[in-house]
Amino acid sequence: MGYREKHSVETHNNHAKPIKSAVDKFALLPEFLKVRGLVKQHIDSFNYFINNDIKKIMKTNDRIVCPQDPSLYLRYTKISIGKPLEYVEHATEELNPQLCRLSDRTYASPIKVDIEYTRPNQTNKEYKKDLVIGRMPIMLRSSKCVLSGKDEAELAKLGECPLDPGGYFIIKGNEKVILIQEQLSKNRIIIDTDSKGRVNASVTSSTHETKTKTVFFMDKDKIYLQLNQFSKPISIMIIMKAMGMENDQEVVQMLGRDPKYGFLLFPSMQECRSEKIITQKQALEYLQGKLANLSSLRFEINKDDRVKKILINVFLAHVPQAKDGNFRPKCIYTAVMLRRMMDAVLNVETFDDKDYVGNKRLELSGQLVALLFEDLFKTMNSQVASRMEKAYDKASRSTPLDFIHYMRSDTITNGLERAISTGNWDLKRFKMNRKGVSQVLSRLAFIATLGYMTRVSPQFEKTRKVSGPRALQPSQWGMLCPCDTPEGEGCGLTKNLALMTHVTTDEEEGPLIKWCRKLGVVDVEDLSGEELHAPDSFLVMLNGLILGKHTKPQKFANAMRKLRRKSVIGEFVSIFVHERQRCVYVASDGGRVCRPLVIADKGVSRIKEYHMKELRDGVRSFDDFVREGLIEYLDVNEENNALIALYEHEIHKDGHDEDNADGQKSFITHIEIEPFTILGVVAGLIPYPHHNQSPRNTYQCAMGKQAMGNIAYNQLSRADTLLYLLVYPQRPLLTTRTIELVGYDKLGAGQNATVAVMSYSGYDIEDAIVMNKSSLDRGFGRCIALKKQIVVKETYSNETSDRIVRPQNEPRKQALDADGIAAPGQIVRRHDILVNKQSPRNKRDRITNPMALKDCDYAPSNVSYKGPEGETTVVDRVMLYSDKDNKMCVKFIIRHVRRPEIGDKFSSRHGQKGVIGTIVQQEDFPFSERGICPDLIMNPHGFPSRMTIGKMIELLGSKAAVLSGRFHYGSAFGEPSGHADKVEDISRTLVEHGFNYSGKDLLYSGISGKPLQAYIFMGPIYYQKLKHMVLDKMHARASGPRMTLTRQPTEGRARDGGLRLGEMERDCLIAYGASMLIYERLMLSSDPYQVQVCSQCGLLGYYNHKLKTSWCSMCKSGDNMSSLKLPYACKLLFQELQSMNVVPRLKLTEY
Amino acid sequence: MSETAALNMQDIPQRQLPEHLELQRTRVFCKADAPVHTEDVEYSGAYAAIGFDNSLQVDDFRRDFRVEVKNLSMDVIEFDMIGIDASLANAFRRILIAEVPTMAIEKVLIVNNTSVMADEILSHRLGLLPIEADPRLFDFLSENDTPNERNTIVFKMEVHCKKSGPRLTVKSDQLKWLPNGSELLMESPNPSTKPRRFTSFSRSQASSGRPIGMKHRDIIITQLGPGQSIELEAHAVKGTGKVHAKWSPVGTTWYRMLPEVKLLKEVKGNDAEKLVKKCPVKVFDLEDVGHAMKKAVVSKPRDCTLCRECIGDGGEENIALRRVRDHFIFTVESTGALPPEVLFTEAVKILEEKCERVISELS
Repeated sequence: MGYREKHSVETHNNHAKPIKSAVDKFALLPEFLKVRGLVKQHIDSFNYFINNDIKKIMKTNDRIVCPQDPSLYLRYTKISIGKPLEYVEHATEELNPQLCRLSDRTYASPIKVDIEYTRPNQTNKEYKKDLVIGRMPIMLRSSKCVLSGKDEAELAKLGECPLDPGGYFIIKGNEKVILIQEQLSKNRIIIDTDSKGRVNASVTSSTHETKTKTVFFMDKDKIYLQLNQFSKPISIMIIMKAMGMENDQEVVQMLGRDPKYGFLLFPSMQECRSEKIITQKQALEYLQGKLANLSSLRFEINKDDRVKKILINVFLAHVPQAKDGNFRPKCIYTAVMLRRMMDAVLNVETFDDKDYVGNKRLELSGQLVALLFEDLFKTMNSQVASRMEKAYDKASRSTPLDFIHYMRSDTITNGLERAISTGNWDLKRFKMNRKGVSQVLSRLAFIATLGYMTRVSPQFEKTRKVSGPRALQPSQWGMLCPCDTPEGEGCGLTKNLALMTHVTTDEEEGPLIKWCRKLGVVDVEDLSGEELHAPDSFLVMLNGLILGKHTKPQKFANAMRKLRRKSVIGEFVSIFVHERQRCVYVASDGGRVCRPLVIADKGVSRIKEYHMKELRDGVRSFDDFVREGLIEYLDVNEENNALIALYEHEIHKDGHDEDNADGQKSFITHIEIEPFTILGVVAGLIPYPHHNQSPRNTYQCAMGKQAMGNIAYNQLSRADTLLYLLVYPQRPLLTTRTIELVGYDKLGAGQNATVAVMSYSGYDIEDAIVMNKSSLDRGFGRCIALKKQIVVKETYSNETSDRIVRPQNEPRKQALDADGIAAPGQIVRRHDILVNKQSPRNKRDRITNPMALKDCDYAPSNVSYKGPEGETTVVDRVMLYSDKDNKMCVKFIIRHVRRPEIGDKFSSRHGQKGVIGTIVQQEDFPFSERGICPDLIMNPHGFPSRMTIGKMIELLGSKAAVLSGRFHYGSAFGEPSGHADKVEDISRTLVEHGFNYSGKDLLYSGISGKPLQAYIFMGPIYYQKLKHMVLDKMHARASGPRMTLTRQPTEGRARDGGLRLGEMERDCLIAYGASMLIYERLMLSSDPYQVQVCSQCGLLGYYNHKLKTSWCSMCKSGDNMSSLKLPYACKLLFQELQSMNVVPRLKLTEY
Repeated sequence: MSETAALNMQDIPQRQLPEHLELQRTRVFCKADAPVHTEDVEYSGAYAAIGFDNSLQVDDFRRDFRVEVKNLSMDVIEFDMIGIDASLANAFRRILIAEVPTMAIEKVLIVNNTSVMADEILSHRLGLLPIEADPRLFDFLSENDTPNERNTIVFKMEVHCKKSGPRLTVKSDQLKWLPNGSELLMESPNPSTKPRRFTSFSRSQASSGRPIGMKHRDIIITQLGPGQSIELEAHAVKGTGKVHAKWSPVGTTWYRMLPEVKLLKEVKGNDAEKLVKKCPVKVFDLEDVGHAMKKAVVSKPRDCTLCRECIGDGGEENIALRRVRDHFIFTVESTGALPPEVLFTEAVKILEEKCERVISELS
């Protein structure tokens, strides 16, 4: 930072500047993350659902009426969500997340409603408060979560890690994330071409009531409407007529005066005329004939009404009716759509890009849970109604009709729980059938967890072979990370949010409309068709609806922006002037991605040094910056109206002649807060990513999630099915700002290894690395694998239950305590018994006294440890709890400490993975003149083709860090702003400490003792140990288990399977002519079987052991039997064929 | 060094190599891009054509070999070994790291451990603690041996952190030496027989020699939270660094060849000052040559760390950085079981033993 000041002073000594130096805005970033958190999008969205959306849902479905008697009704008056708690046997128990994780419960709160309802023959209404209608899973760290607003000490008391971001749910003890879903914008006109190459305008309307899709397309110069409710495409003029626009001239006027539009519409008009449709009535009749027969029988009665209903409710459903019920707003909307479509026909450049981020909306957990809840709430209400209906019909009622009796809370509870735990959003009501919406939160590494929270899952299925949506969009800048995407099928489709991205939630439109009107937007209803597209005015659209027009769009937009900066309207409202479409788009809908930027007036930042000082002193928060109009959020569309500079001093830099510089300067409207925020959390770990070849950063993004390290502060009290922890994790010597912001320096996943880049021993080819044995002895790369095993003490239907008894002195029970459960700290091996459990022999029949069963009534049902053979593991923890069915459970956490061995996978932070090729004694390792001996040796051939210069700079930087005792930085694009140390400075530090500037040292060979013939590039590099370890993968078998059906060896490591000699290997053997080997592999080592074949009939006989003869049961004789060997699978095939009435006969000849 | 064409070479006196060959034979040249002539010429007849005998004579070696101790402290020795081949110096280094035995904790019997640290990791950390015990007084414990006072040292650790107290840092001084051997009883399958202990000491170790303990008393082993406790017994045995680094008697040991910095040309005036400034370890100094002129001289060549700042950018014409091939600056950093100078003599003894073994095998 000191550097930066110097720089700008140097270059602009004689510039009359308002401020002396560019302000260091980095401090804003930690403040932003403090206020917003890393997963604020999720939490915001869930909070919005819980506080606002749920009320709206209730309000639209607030009445249940008894079908027979309309005076019997129930009305919801209030809905709220309480604190997370559970009802256990008529008592309430407060829940906290850690409790739920450990005891496999759901972290959920009761949904409480206030209701008023009537009872038959009673005039006064009944009121009931706080009736529980179900349990809502609560997102961690949301406003209803017990963790919200807690400080570090309080979190520790609750057993929670302060660095855990929250934003996920706990369902039956499993942590589930609802992934961000990417979707095409709702309620917006998208001009595109369809598969047949036809120009196509479509709108997906989405309101609280319905979701429909309206498509216009142009076929053979004529324009048609396509709607699911009509069996055939309908000419657009007929629709216009059906909506009351009987006059063709009016339609043309609405499209605009330019004759080119009229020409394009002419064929459609002709078609309409040839169908002899002139009046509205004729059009409606014509449409009736075109109705699709989708379940139409039910509404047969009033066909005429149906067409109108479709026009009202399905056709452009989001456009509301005019107050007097006419179709004028829809006509105008249609005209605008047609006009845009015709523009596209005339000018190819006006097509919309579906992959453009501004045309996308991100659906967050709040919206998804809202959909789910709405569906379940409606289901519950209809269930109540139908139960009421049934009860009403029942003649004899012992109890009076009461709505309360028919309210069940399990519909909503179970529905929510099931959907979130399986990830299947199957909502028939909204025609939604999505799988994999929620996923288990990966706790493999801290970074993996964060990565999950920012993941955006794609709208398309991954198998599609398309390149467009996979490509990096320029509009992703600053919103979606350019590096973090998986390899393979999901490449480019699955994305991740960038560091400062915010996703908006819905905002009220009412005040916005009011302000628009005040600022001179002329209402559409007051305009004639012709005025609509007057050349001097722009249309104003609000969330896809036509609000009106404005003659001075720029002025209007500026005024609106001023209002936003003054916090009169919401901070996330976007105002975007689209010059080409002659529209001003105002958007306040949810799911838009946006990011904060510093506002600049003619290139001069509004943030001054005193603002930052106030921030540092803690008097000013990030929100103050937004409130005072120093920073604002821009969404992707509005970014198009902005000119954003990277740095303030950058503005002056290029302009060598003053005039030009000033000219350029004056157009700049915004300044980036920090350029490295275009990367996401996961890519932020990479030091100097801007020096690497781009795919390497992508690879590291995938691998960082597999690195072992610390998971959370509460990692040792967690009970995950599989957990890998590093014994001595370190924070990287070469850090980045992102690392510090997300807390990777506190929960590191790697170690700073001293690396020598040289070839050694030949066991380092193909990315293998050579390890120093002494380093391993001293704890490098050592890790703990924790596995979970659960034992349930079952209870049976006859009220008997399992029992756990004190062990006698028996083999395999040495780990057991006196209580019959393995004790913590005991060493267990495969098949050792963990719980000395016995089950009753009689589990079904009723037993008079289940407590008085004798010892002989129990049979042992011990539970043994199911680990791999040969591993010496230790019982780490034993936890006893009762599950939701009140059965006693025992959770064992079994620990295995591993030291690295040949074949274990390691990786640096630059997508450079490798396995240990050999482990070498320290005395054989090279050593430097200062006695430094590397921890690992990496082959230099890893560099030229990978071009990971960042790794080399990391080595230099880490070396300088070690020597100077100061952590060095390598943030992306950080050199100009001082967030990355420059190689020059690093080299200077190295030289100051007596090292070569390039990091290359003289090394002596540990074997010969003589100096090596080259200087060796040596220094520390942060190495990650990846979860792939040989111990989990190695597998060999001589003979072993076989499948019962085919008697062939089993498959797979888990079943101790054989190694298959596949068809290609077989081909090789055939080609080589190794017939005996083929015979041995395919027959003798697989499934040989001795059969008796009758040479008479060719069928299989059998060998009678009593008579010691073979017998053919077909010929009823044993005369012509011969014995031969064939694969059991072959014999099986013959028998299966026989069972299908196909007779395979073997023809035998003497050989 | 200027190179002369073969034809223009002056007549050379017999039994002596020409200057450039002599340099090649005795020096490693540390050039700017890579060191050259790193390998020495081993063949005795390599220079026979010139009449120079390259063989190594025992008498010459006896006459020329010197050891000069430069620096000796409790744990570190730095000495010069002059007139020896790299292979021999390296042998000492290798033996010091891998073959000089020490005592280290090998077996940990954990009675109770309620700390956050897993038993295995606790044991691993204990194993790495240096023990102040003369390994020469102990025998190796082989597989069938019973642990006794000749081959095993027993330590005990019992720490408890008070329930209402602050966190407790467990340091290495918590390990208490048990000169009478293990106090724990072996669990026997037959309850009637008298239970045995894990060691069978016939006499106390305290009676012979210095008391045994941890070399450093302030090494942090672990931390205990309120209410946590550790109770264990640790058995140390003799071993070598070859098996595990914990038995290595040295933190590290290494040598470097004596740096030789030669000014090939006179560097005067501004250049001299620049040169002096360039070197981060102050190898060069200024010397007055009168007329307010200064010239650079090599004052502390031994300090050269080979950063190669002085020979970059064409500096190679003025300065030559070399290493003396048979002069080793040897450093031994003892972990504490034995003083560093003793360690080296131990290493020599081991090498001697090995040689004797080879001789006896051959004869």
